[in-house]
Amino acid sequence: MNNLELEKIANEVRKGIVTAVYSAKSGHPGGSLSAADLFTYLYFEEMNVDPKNPKDENRDRFVLSKGHVAPALYSVLAERGFLPKEDLVTLRHTGSYLQGHPDMKHIPGVDMSSGSLGQGFSAAVGMAAAGKFDHKDYRVYSLTGDGEIQEGQIWEAAMWAGHRKLDNLVVIVDNNNLQIDGEIDKVCSPYPIDKKFEAFNFHTINIDGNNFEEIRAAFQEARETKGMPTAIIAKTIKGKGVSFMENEAGWHGKAPNEEQYRIAMEDLEKAGEALCQK
Amino acid sequence: MSEVKKIATRDSYGNALVEIGREHEDLIVLDADLAGATKTCIFQKEFPERHWDCGIAECNMTGIAAGLSTCGKVPFISSFAMFAAGRNYEQVRNSIGYPHLNVKIGATHAGISVGEDGATHQCLEDLALMREIPGMVVINPSDDVEARAAVHAAYDYVGPVYLRFGRLAVPVINDTPDYQFEIGKGIVLREGCDVSIFATGLEVSEALEAAKLLEADGISAEVINIHTIKPLDEELVIRSASKTGRVVTVEEHSVIGGLGSAVAEVLCEKAPTKLLRIGVRDRFGESGPALELLHKYELDAEGIYKKVKAFAK
Repeated sequence: MNNLELEKIANEVRKGIVTAVYSAKSGHPGGSLSAADLFTYLYFEEMNVDPKNPKDENRDRFVLSKGHVAPALYSVLAERGFLPKEDLVTLRHTGSYLQGHPDMKHIPGVDMSSGSLGQGFSAAVGMAAAGKFDHKDYRVYSLTGDGEIQEGQIWEAAMWAGHRKLDNLVVIVDNNNLQIDGEIDKVCSPYPIDKKFEAFNFHTINIDGNNFEEIRAAFQEARETKGMPTAIIAKTIKGKGVSFMENEAGWHGKAPNEEQYRIAMEDLEKAGEALCQK
Repeated sequence: MSEVKKIATRDSYGNALVEIGREHEDLIVLDADLAGATKTCIFQKEFPERHWDCGIAECNMTGIAAGLSTCGKVPFISSFAMFAAGRNYEQVRNSIGYPHLNVKIGATHAGISVGEDGATHQCLEDLALMREIPGMVVINPSDDVEARAAVHAAYDYVGPVYLRFGRLAVPVINDTPDYQFEIGKGIVLREGCDVSIFATGLEVSEALEAAKLLEADGISAEVINIHTIKPLDEELVIRSASKTGRVVTVEEHSVIGGLGSAVAEVLCEKAPTKLLRIGVRDRFGESGPALELLHKYELDAEGIYKKVKAFAK
C-alpha cells in the first residue's frame, strides 16, 4: 500500500476516533489522533493479522500499553474489518463491548487488556519471549505514551527485553510531548528517550511519527535489526488532524461538544478531499 | 512419641513444579531473584530453559506471565507473599485478574513465621488482597501433602490462582491413604460438638493440637481444614456452625479480610453464629524466631487453646 493510500485510511481512522469520543461524551482524543498514523501503518502494512482469524496463534501481536487511546485502536480495528464501524458510537456506553480501555475478553483483535499505564509493555515482552521460546516467527508491537514511560515498570520490562535480546519486539513511543498536567519535560522529563532505551540494550530509531515514509523506513529497519529489540521514538503532534486540538494538553482526555465535533469532522472531511486531489 | 515429619510448604511448591514440568511442556516458572528461597531452584535445576529469572522486578514478572499465558503457556510466578500479592497487587488485578488469564501465583514466606526478617517481609494481608479480585482462586495449604496437591490442582484449573506457602517447616498431617484435595472443599479433620474451629495453612496442625488440649478440659472441638479461602466451602461452614453453635477461625494472617472475614460474611448472611476470629489483630509483625513469634502472637496450639476455652465456656 502506498503512502497516499495509508494517509487516506489514517484520515478515516481519525474520523472514527472523533466520532467515538464525541458519542461517548468522554475519552482521549489527543493521544489517539497523534498515533493514528502509527496505528494505520501497523494494521494495514506492518502486521500479519487476519480479521477472519483474530486468534491465529501465528499472528503478530499488538499491545496498546497506553490503553487510554482505545478509540484509535478500535477505529483502526473497525477500519481493518475486525469489528463493525457502526459500533464505534457505542464506545464507553453501558453494556457496550467497547470498554473505555482495551478489553481482550470481548473485543476481537485486542491481544491484551490494558489501561493501567506501564503494564501493557510487560505483557508484550512476555509474548515476545513466548515467541522466541516456541521458535515462532511472529513479531510483537507495543505502543506506549511518552508520559507513560515515567512509570518504572516500563524500564523493568525494557531491561529484561534487552537482556533477553528479544529482536521480535518493537516498542513505539508516541512522543507527542504532552501529558495530562502539561508538557512532559515540565512535569517530569523522560528525555533523552532514545538514550535511555539504548542504555537498556535497545536499537533506537527517531522518526516523525506522522510521516508514513519515515514510519515505513523505521519498521523496515526494526525487522532487519537482530540480537536486540527496537524502540521507535515517534515524534508526533497531539490532536493531529483536528485544528483546535493540535498541541493542546487540554484535549488529552476531553470530548468535543456538538459544535466542536462539527468543526473537527469538517477539518477531516477537507483533509480527505485534499488527499483525493493528490 | 515418634518424631513428627516437618516440611516447609515452599519446598513442596518447588517439588510439585518439577512433577508438573515432567508431564507438561507448557509450564514456565518465573522468579524474581528468589529462586533459592521460593524453592523454584529445584525446578530450575531440572528445567533451566523453562525457569525464567526476571530479576528483582516483580511487577514486570507479572506482566510477562500475562503475556505468556495469552500465548498458551501456563506460567507460575514466584516471590514472597509480600511482593507477589502486595507490591504486585495492581498488576495482578489488572493484568491477570481482569482478563482472567491462566497465571498462577506461587507466594512463599507468608505470615509472621517468616521470622527474623521482620515486619517488612511478613505479609499478613495477602489473603485479603487476593480474595477480593473477581475470579481469583485463593489457596492456603496446611502441609506438604496438601501443598503439592494444591500446586497440581492449580495447574489443572484454567484461570488465575493464588497459592500461599510458608518458610517454616511444618508438621505433615495429611499423609493418609484417603486424603483428597479438591479446590473449594474444606476437610473435617476431627468431629466435635461444642465448637467449630476453621483453620487454614500452618494453623491447621496447631488447631488440631489445641483440640486435644480442649478435649482434656471436656470441650469437644470440631477441626476443619479450610485450604481454599476462595471459593469458600460455605456449605461446610454453615453445616458445622449449625451443629456446634460456636465458630472460631484461625489464620496466620490479619483478622481483617482473610479467613475470619470470609467465614464471618457467610455466617452473618446465612447462619448467624457466635464467632471468634484468631489471627493477627490489626498490627504489623516483628523480628524473632518463627516459633517464638507464633507463641507471642498466640497463634500456636497453646494460644488457640486458651482463646477457644474462654470463648466456648
